[in-house]
Amino acid sequence: MNQIQPYVRSLADKYGRERECLLPILQEIVATEHVLSQDAMVEVAKELNLSAAEVYGTASFYSFLNTKPHGKYVIRVCKSIVAEMKGKKEIVDKLCDILKIRVGETTPDGRFTLLETNDIGWSDQEPSMLINEKPYTYLTPEKIVQIIAGYQANGKSNNHQQIN
Amino acid sequence: MAPSNGLKRVDVIFGAYASTKYLILQKSIRREKQEIIQDIIDSGLRGRGGAGFPTGLKWKFAAAQPGNEKYVICNADEGEPGTFKDREILMKVPQKMISGMAICAYVIGATKAYIYLRGEYQFMVPDLQMELDNFHEQAREMNFDLTIELRMGSGAYVCGEETALIESMEGKRGEPRNKPPFPVVEGFHGKPTVVNNVETFVNANMICRIGVEEFIKLGTQDSRGSKLFSISGDTPKAGVHELELGMKLSDFVAEFGDDDTKAVQVGGAAGFCVPRKKFDSTIIGFEGMPTGGSMMLFNSSRSMYHVLHNYLEFFEEESCGQCTPCRVGCQQLLLGIEAIKRQERPASYLNQLLKLSETMKIASKCGLGQSVANSFSSIVENYVEEMIY
Ligand SMILES: Cc1cc2nc3c(=O)[nH]c(=O)nc-3n(C[C@H](O)[C@H](O)[C@H](O)COP(=O)(O)O)c2cc1C
Ligand code: SF4
Ligand code: FES
Repeated sequence: MNQIQPYVRSLADKYGRERECLLPILQEIVATEHVLSQDAMVEVAKELNLSAAEVYGTASFYSFLNTKPHGKYVIRVCKSIVAEMKGKKEIVDKLCDILKIRVGETTPDGRFTLLETNDIGWSDQEPSMLINEKPYTYLTPEKIVQIIAGYQANGKSNNHQQIN
Repeated sequence: MAPSNGLKRVDVIFGAYASTKYLILQKSIRREKQEIIQDIIDSGLRGRGGAGFPTGLKWKFAAAQPGNEKYVICNADEGEPGTFKDREILMKVPQKMISGMAICAYVIGATKAYIYLRGEYQFMVPDLQMELDNFHEQAREMNFDLTIELRMGSGAYVCGEETALIESMEGKRGEPRNKPPFPVVEGFHGKPTVVNNVETFVNANMICRIGVEEFIKLGTQDSRGSKLFSISGDTPKAGVHELELGMKLSDFVAEFGDDDTKAVQVGGAAGFCVPRKKFDSTIIGFEGMPTGGSMMLFNSSRSMYHVLHNYLEFFEEESCGQCTPCRVGCQQLLLGIEAIKRQERPASYLNQLLKLSETMKIASKCGLGQSVANSFSSIVENYVEEMIY
């Protein structure tokens, strides 16, 4: 935690200290830390000469800027109408079953967080989901088993991306 | 009503011509700015993000603004449910979009441009950045001064609204501003700013390549050019298809339906639901039903209550909460149809909800709250029984 100050400073050096640099900084913190902690937000506020309330108020507007701890891998399953029509429920059930958590929860080992989200831009290839930034489409319960196993095995998975 | 155009497939947007050398830009920056603006006006091009504002006029207004600090922003937020056509442009022919942005920057006199990309498309960043690097190199060789930067969204649909997008780019909550002033007068950092959709920039670039005469051969009087359609739902041909505007919905369904199409949602959750009996009288285009290109097909196995419920949940979550008609209205519509379904409210309560949605249309601050009534009334009025039983 005491690393947070030099880290935030390095981000401010990289992106700048103008107000318009706030989102890129917050986005990078979430990408690397998997959470936007209060400490981090206070440091960002100092660096950019804003009030902490202003930083928190901005962050809380954006659903991807999570202020509660998330797992290393954030799974976001699309819940928009086409996904529902094409079997989103079976996908979520399978994920809950394998990860032994419910939607909105994080596995006790801190690796996976399971969320539902609105349309992610793959309605032609439903059911679909993102794991961190990576899209997975044409999902089936069987594919879910493989994909999650891939992440569990080596913490990384490059073999299942479904972009054609 | 204009006669139907039939269904005509076109292939210009993804068609072969995507120059990594930016030849169209090279050619364009040797032309008179006014001449290019006039071309875009004469082409009849209208914005492809949904609202359909004439693109040439927007550029003309921005060009006419005093001062030399101006901005070009490409709206790549693509958050409307059932829309994914910008994804294909961004992945397959980003050069055409970047070239269109650069031509716009040239004619309005901007040296800084941005692509606001939705957070869900983060996976595209490495490839896009590589193309931007290439662009900057080409631009330097042409002695053309323009920097294009990528900015990311963070999972908020309302940030696709142009003034919310600008707020977000300024590092604030993505809450829409009052209009006027419009962004062409006071946009990013309070300076004149052109915000256009991804596909609009591709079209502008295309007009500079093939010329107005060729361009206006596509489409109809009121809807010039071709359009990318994001087709999903109960269809054997889900995907992005480029079609001429001005077609009859019945022709569309004949091509893309599954022989059992009950309804088509035109324009996403913010658009309209067209029931089977109106397929024949509905024209897709600015003379009839304008659309950003989302076409969701539903067959007779689908419950329209379920569809509406899903849309209302979406609006309720994505409303920025800044104005009361939208914040409270979205909640009440959702609770209302649930109460009717559980028979805790009489069927006549639907009329009250319809009135509420009409009020939202008039009293909401931005297009999000204003357009909830589109799907609400078109679904409720056409499928009353499904709402009640
Ligand atoms: C809630 C809301 C969301 C919007 N989302 C988008 C979007 O994702 N992409 C887009 O191009 N336009 C979107 N728009 C329309 C923009 O406000 C704006 O009209 C458009 O970017 C202008 O570009 P165009 O004239 O090229 O269509 C949205 C509007 C509203 C009200
Ligand atoms: S209409 Fe809705 S989304 Fe738009 S400003 Fe009002 S509350 Fe926000
Ligand atoms: S419905 Fe899931 S991405 Fe559009």
